[in-house]
Amino acid sequence: MGKRKKMAERVKTLMDKPEKIRNIGIVAHIDHGKTTLSDNLLAGAGMISMELAGKQLFMDFDELEQARGITIDSANVSMVHEYKGDEYLINMIDTPGHVDFGGDVTRAMRAVDGAVVVVDAVEGAMPQTETVLRQALKENVNPVLFVNKVDRLINELKVDKQEMQIRLGALIDNINKLIRSMNEEKYKAGWKLDAAKGSVAFGSALYNWAISVPQMRGTGVGFGEVFDYCRNGDMKTLAQKCPLYVAVNDMVIRFLPSPLEAQERRVKVIWHGDENSKVAKSMNECDPSGPVAFMVTDISLDPHAGEVATGRLFSGSLERGMELNISGSAKKNRVQQTGIFMGADRIEVEKIPAGNIAAVTGLRDAFVGSTVTSDPEMVPFEDIKHVSEPVVTVAVEAKNTRDLPKLIEVLRQVAKEDPTLAITINEETGEHLMSGMGELHLEIVAYRIQRDKGVEITTSPPIVVYRESVTGKTPHEVEGKSPNHHNRFYIEVEPLELDIVDAIKGGEFSMTMQEVDRRQVLMEKGMVKGEAKSIVAVSGSNVFLNMTKGIQYLRETMELILEGFEEATKKGPITREPSQGIKVKLMDVKLHEDAIHRGPAQVIPAVRQAVQAGILMANPVLLEPFQNVYIQVPQDHMGGAMSEIQGRRGVILSMDTEGDMIILKAKVPVADLFGFAGDIRGATEGRALWSTEFAGFEPVPVSAMKETVRQIRTRKGLKPDMPTPGDYLKA
Amino acid sequence: MLFFVGLGLYDEKDISVRGLGVIREADLVCAEFYTSRLMGASKAKLERFYEREIRLLSRDEVEVDPNWLVQAREKNVAFLVGGDPMVSTTHLDLRLRALEMGIKTKVVPSSSIVSAISGLSGLQNYRFGRSTSIPFPYTARGKRIVVETPHRVVMENLKRDLHTLLFLDIQDERYMTVNEGARLLLETETTMGGDVLHRSLGVGIARAGSEDACVWADLLPRLAEYDFGGPLHVLIIPAKLHFMEAEALVALAGAPPAIQESY
Ligand SMILES: Nc1nc2c(ncn2[C@@H]2O[C@H](COP(=O)(O)OP(=O)(O)OP(=O)(O)O)[C@@H](O)[C@H]2O)c(=O)[nH]1
Ligand SMILES: [Mg+2]
Repeated sequence: MGKRKKMAERVKTLMDKPEKIRNIGIVAHIDHGKTTLSDNLLAGAGMISMELAGKQLFMDFDELEQARGITIDSANVSMVHEYKGDEYLINMIDTPGHVDFGGDVTRAMRAVDGAVVVVDAVEGAMPQTETVLRQALKENVNPVLFVNKVDRLINELKVDKQEMQIRLGALIDNINKLIRSMNEEKYKAGWKLDAAKGSVAFGSALYNWAISVPQMRGTGVGFGEVFDYCRNGDMKTLAQKCPLYVAVNDMVIRFLPSPLEAQERRVKVIWHGDENSKVAKSMNECDPSGPVAFMVTDISLDPHAGEVATGRLFSGSLERGMELNISGSAKKNRVQQTGIFMGADRIEVEKIPAGNIAAVTGLRDAFVGSTVTSDPEMVPFEDIKHVSEPVVTVAVEAKNTRDLPKLIEVLRQVAKEDPTLAITINEETGEHLMSGMGELHLEIVAYRIQRDKGVEITTSPPIVVYRESVTGKTPHEVEGKSPNHHNRFYIEVEPLELDIVDAIKGGEFSMTMQEVDRRQVLMEKGMVKGEAKSIVAVSGSNVFLNMTKGIQYLRETMELILEGFEEATKKGPITREPSQGIKVKLMDVKLHEDAIHRGPAQVIPAVRQAVQAGILMANPVLLEPFQNVYIQVPQDHMGGAMSEIQGRRGVILSMDTEGDMIILKAKVPVADLFGFAGDIRGATEGRALWSTEFAGFEPVPVSAMKETVRQIRTRKGLKPDMPTPGDYLKA
Repeated sequence: MLFFVGLGLYDEKDISVRGLGVIREADLVCAEFYTSRLMGASKAKLERFYEREIRLLSRDEVEVDPNWLVQAREKNVAFLVGGDPMVSTTHLDLRLRALEMGIKTKVVPSSSIVSAISGLSGLQNYRFGRSTSIPFPYTARGKRIVVETPHRVVMENLKRDLHTLLFLDIQDERYMTVNEGARLLLETETTMGGDVLHRSLGVGIARAGSEDACVWADLLPRLAEYDFGGPLHVLIIPAKLHFMEAEALVALAGAPPAIQESY
């Protein structure tokens, strides 16, 4: 504790010098050595002992992380590093590598300006390597590369000196190819990684050494020497000559931007407000005296201080007692404590200036993704869009009925802390559902509900999440009548252009964009002009267009209409699963003269029912989630792996040979992947290395649709038969 | 036969003699109290006076699923509504549905607040424009919404030099007061950027038809603070006053005497 407090004192002296700050994230595929690397940086800064660096896994402070040997939550730490006689403040986030916790990476990318991409020298670029790179590029976060576990290359694969260099070169080429394929413009503008210049370092986090090409010149330790030290089992000396923290921190300071350089570029992609406004200028300049603009990227619960909102401060300064606006909330919140995280500990700092990562208490209405600002007029930051969607659901029950009210409260809280978790609370039936990224994700959440929140629960076996959509158009306008029959709404339903669905999911399109930009994006993606300018709402990946003109009272009724639209898309008409990719067009409206007779109780159900019936009239389909499965398996076990895929309605996408290993890529419905871990272990004698990745939703085969609908509806206590439009359009 | 029977303004005694006859002779007596309510009489008190049992209908039973309606094919069904059954309600829909089912219908009118206000305030019924309602604000998609229609109707009427009667929302056991109504109008005016209503006269009426009806006129911002007592309330925004109307408001509604000077 003493060490951390002392470090915090040094950190404070640098916080108001943005040119001396680096906000970085450590990102990689699972197990490539992020947390081991983080240990080295902490030891370099004197926060943990050098002896334990690489083994303590300081950032995996949750006992569950230590027990399982994986990172589950992102963790923040601030430290000081000296480079060429100057002190620098490094605010670092260690992120998890398991796909189920990928949401943490997405969020961390919003808080930082640079990323250290760690790649295992033996495994090379893996699916999550690609994903995290893509996320960094999307957020305009600059990458540098750390090639880790070089010792394995030498001591396990037993390559020779020459082959080592060839392999390392190929790995870098591969990463560059990825960057180029993701964003050619950036690649050409200097985002290409270059070992000769020094934006790549090589080393071994477990044995605490690393080196970059420019440093080879200074230290006299080249690839040849590295090879010899490793082969001879003397990595201790290597670590003394070329400590990892020096190589990595130097690379970070040289190649990753300070907030002062980065913010203008980053704000362009994460914020779509008026470029000439005061807050825009202040963010671009990282001005600590401007209006507060704080983006919440994490919410955690402190047993004493309550909710802690952590995030990136782009403008202004945060101090106790400030009254700040929270996007999406009408009330102001008062800042209670301000501070920074040092791993598990939070240390109070009286004032945090722009350009830093801050931890704040008192922002009770803030969610992950909230914009917190002193300027009530500020357009909020763009939502943080995670690449994957929840695909697996379990039902949660309290073991003791007296815990029921507490369970509901706890479920709401965990949903707030983890935005990739979707919670459905049904107080009528008492069935509470928890949907997440995968089985592991839900298992961890369930475990923590019991351990941290003290509620004993049982969970059902996992089931998959479905989506509803349409493939055709309503044959005519669908009429929705209000219960009092004095208001009528005429709508049409059709599939939304696929490119637009992708743009919404990828965050390239949102309603917070300026109107002209919005229209332009939609038209580029294939929407006709008349529709592009009529868009009034997006819910999930569904859109609502107002095609009417000059209808009296429509303006003040619109929010109610949209509420009806949202209700229908959140719970689709087929099975009450969410809809996706649906375009709803409002064609005509007839409203009662008096506002009393066209209030919420009239308008919402009328529109909801029209949309529900409309979906059923537009060739409805049920979609199920798929995952890509990557398997590395020795040749003689390939048969076992193949049959595991084929027995699960899987499709093999590609098959490559690398030495005596086969690399299989397949696409499998999530519904058939339950229990895969055990089965593939059995089928390959534990010799298969595998990982999965979200691969979107696809239609349930027509032959199976009826039965699947029946199963879901029965499970939910609905009338088992596929509903008809008439069920929603009662006279 | 389906009879729409108006119950009048305040308590069990406001019904017409004809209406009472219909109730006593009906095979089934139903009532809805969600559009309006007789504040001076409970259901039990009504039943005692009419000497009939009343089946109280929910909004759903009137609007969505009126399964009781079929009985009117063979029998006489009385459907009781506060005030006049067809003024400021949506019951026309029920009547048309009945007709479609081959049921004959009849309306038994009764006194309505729309006419009562002239007697209580002295404002002349010739001078009223469209009436409108002020709904309670509600939250939709995270936003608090105050509808602008009432404000717009008042302004349109004022432009034509016509008074406006504003009905105040009823929701379950919540009754909007003149104070709330006045504040909402002023709030809308402020958001829309104007000050006409901030300077104009308003007339509040509470418990019309009862012994302790209250009528009070003052500048709208001051009306927002005046204690009118229990429900139901309505609000009037008068246009320019005829000299007789001005005199009446001073005499009947405590309006500031200064209002007479402009005529
Ligand atoms: N041989 C060798 N093993 C290493 C090296 N770096 C890390 N490891 C080992 O790799 C395993 C995973 O290391 P972590 O640091 O937990 O990996 P991570 O990327 O943080 O993992 P997640 O956070 O779960 O994705 C551990 O067993 C480490 O000891 C290295 O340089 N050489
Ligand atoms: Mg880790």
